[in-house]
Amino acid sequence: MRTPSGHKVYAMAAEYPTPHALYEAAKAVRDAGFKRWDVYSPFPIHGMDDAMGLGKSWLSAVVLAGGITGLLTAVILEFGPSWILYPLIVHGKPYTWRTVPAFFPIMFEATVLFSAFAAFFAWQIMNGLPRWYHPMFNWERFKRVSNDGFFLAIEARDPRFTEIEARELLERTGGQHITIVHED
Amino acid sequence: MANESTFPEVIAEEASSSPEARIQRQPLVLNKRNFSWITERITGVVEQRAPRWWWVTFTFTATIASIGLFCLGYQISTGVGTWGLNHPVGWAWDITNFVFWIGIGHAGTLISAILYLLRQKWRTSINRSAEAMTLFAVMCAAIFPGIHVGRVWMAWYLAPLPNNYGIWPNFRSPLMWDVFAVSTYFTVSVLFWYTGLVPDLATLRDRSTTKIKKFLFGIFALGWRGGNRQWRHYEMAYLLLAGLSTPLVLSVHSVVSFDFATSVLPTWHTTIFPPYFVAGAIFGGFAMVLTLMLPARAIFKLHDVITPAHVDKMAKIILLTGSFVAYAYAMEFFMAWYSGNQYERFAFYNRVLGPYWWYWWVGMFFCNFISPQLFWFRWCRRNVFVVYFVCMCVNAGMWYERFIIIVGGLHRDFLPSSWGIFHATWVDIWTFIGTLGIFTSLFLLFVRFLPLIAMSEVKIVVPEADPHYDVDLASHHPVGAGGMERNQ
Repeated sequence: MRTPSGHKVYAMAAEYPTPHALYEAAKAVRDAGFKRWDVYSPFPIHGMDDAMGLGKSWLSAVVLAGGITGLLTAVILEFGPSWILYPLIVHGKPYTWRTVPAFFPIMFEATVLFSAFAAFFAWQIMNGLPRWYHPMFNWERFKRVSNDGFFLAIEARDPRFTEIEARELLERTGGQHITIVHED
Repeated sequence: MANESTFPEVIAEEASSSPEARIQRQPLVLNKRNFSWITERITGVVEQRAPRWWWVTFTFTATIASIGLFCLGYQISTGVGTWGLNHPVGWAWDITNFVFWIGIGHAGTLISAILYLLRQKWRTSINRSAEAMTLFAVMCAAIFPGIHVGRVWMAWYLAPLPNNYGIWPNFRSPLMWDVFAVSTYFTVSVLFWYTGLVPDLATLRDRSTTKIKKFLFGIFALGWRGGNRQWRHYEMAYLLLAGLSTPLVLSVHSVVSFDFATSVLPTWHTTIFPPYFVAGAIFGGFAMVLTLMLPARAIFKLHDVITPAHVDKMAKIILLTGSFVAYAYAMEFFMAWYSGNQYERFAFYNRVLGPYWWYWWVGMFFCNFISPQLFWFRWCRRNVFVVYFVCMCVNAGMWYERFIIIVGGLHRDFLPSSWGIFHATWVDIWTFIGTLGIFTSLFLLFVRFLPLIAMSEVKIVVPEADPHYDVDLASHHPVGAGGMERNQ
């Protein structure tokens, strides 16, 4: 979809005055059946996932996988050298599974370390970051999103998107400064 | 400064308000500030030109830091003989400083992780700077075990790396656990801190005026745009990082205490050490948070965000953890007596009446036990001068405590013929003072270049951030929801 002046359309967007207004608008857009849209706010709004019809984030599964990897890495890292490569008797104590509690602290630390890295990279990759360019940044008002602006954008690639319907919906929910955001 | 010490406006407001209003929670952001006020005030600290006091203080602390770095260079190039270590005291200021600094770090993680899991919303205005404090304290801590090995260039032996000698570290050693615990703690703290910073870096990016700032903040903000589809994963990651940091922080000081507890020395060989050390770490760390935050809020006029109620709550945590610590002190004496072990009994007799008697009386007894008792009184918790005095006592007291545990345990062990006294050298002393300089310099750089309060998190605790906060409804129920004027 292109505008008369030849710009590719990314989305129809509006600004809302308060988190409350944005929350109510999100419910209306969800009920209208749109799938490719997002709300933008300077802070996470409590209950917005439900208002948008989004489920629980599956990031926790990635972190669990990271944690298990960390634990297994530590087990191999500790028992490989201690048991096979370089058996070392200290205090006359065995170096095998018989003294396994003494190996626990490093297993624990490695589990936490790998889980934390998994969480850190997962939230970026799942969010498509780092991505320094985005069509929303073409809208001058959007600068306020990191200050006190609350925005809603319905993307043009949504199968239900028509310029008229999207604009009408945003108007009806109290959106202000309704505009088309260009792709380029 | 004087009229801020008693907060007359707050006390007056509480006294005059109706019973209905008094049972309401104190707002976390005073004077009904709105979102853009929060942004302006906090980014203003970074965006203004560096004030003169900043240059003066930074020059001073950077000089101290360079003296510390000189001492490190001197010690590395000459040898550990430049320190006062000798038989029988083989660990003294180095490990004392290590435990002191790593303990300070723990308060930052407590605020950012444990209070987050406990839904303590007041943490939002202090967590960013407390986490920064954690990172800088752990950096200072990491210096000491690094250099006390003597031949620093061999420190890579600590890492389990394949090498052509075919040797591997002993993974059952508490010192090896320390390597993993401290390095994991630092790494996870950095990840958590940076994750929290990203939305605020986006704020700075969107407000930057110069090209270089726009470029740098832009790079580090990763292109964050605050979409709820982003916040959803972000919040889950934040929650999980908090959940991971919570057992991690408890494990780190437990592992530090194992360095002592797994030995056979009287006063060290005790099972009370892990909880005792963790409580002491949080106790000392909160004192350091207040030491840094009270001047910061006075200088940057952040009284509406770091309110008297915040200071009050932190003082209560100091009192609570101080009580744990005092209980542990008492229990050590009881166990020494109850065990019937003559070495253990002598060690504690020696702690109070031996050559280091005044370390115990001033450091552990007065600074750590007596001074926090002031926080039983509301007036003391609300008076910044009293709070600052107690925090300074606790900062010093916690250093003394570690010194007493380490040197006090070593200097008179089983054989009187091998007793001795530790004498610190100028290198010992200036290395420690140097780390104080490194710590304060890093903190000054932090307040200068990064938002010292987590804006995106403080905004959540303002009433109108709640999606059910209806402006029209609120104007009819001024007590319940805070009134219409908040939105203006």
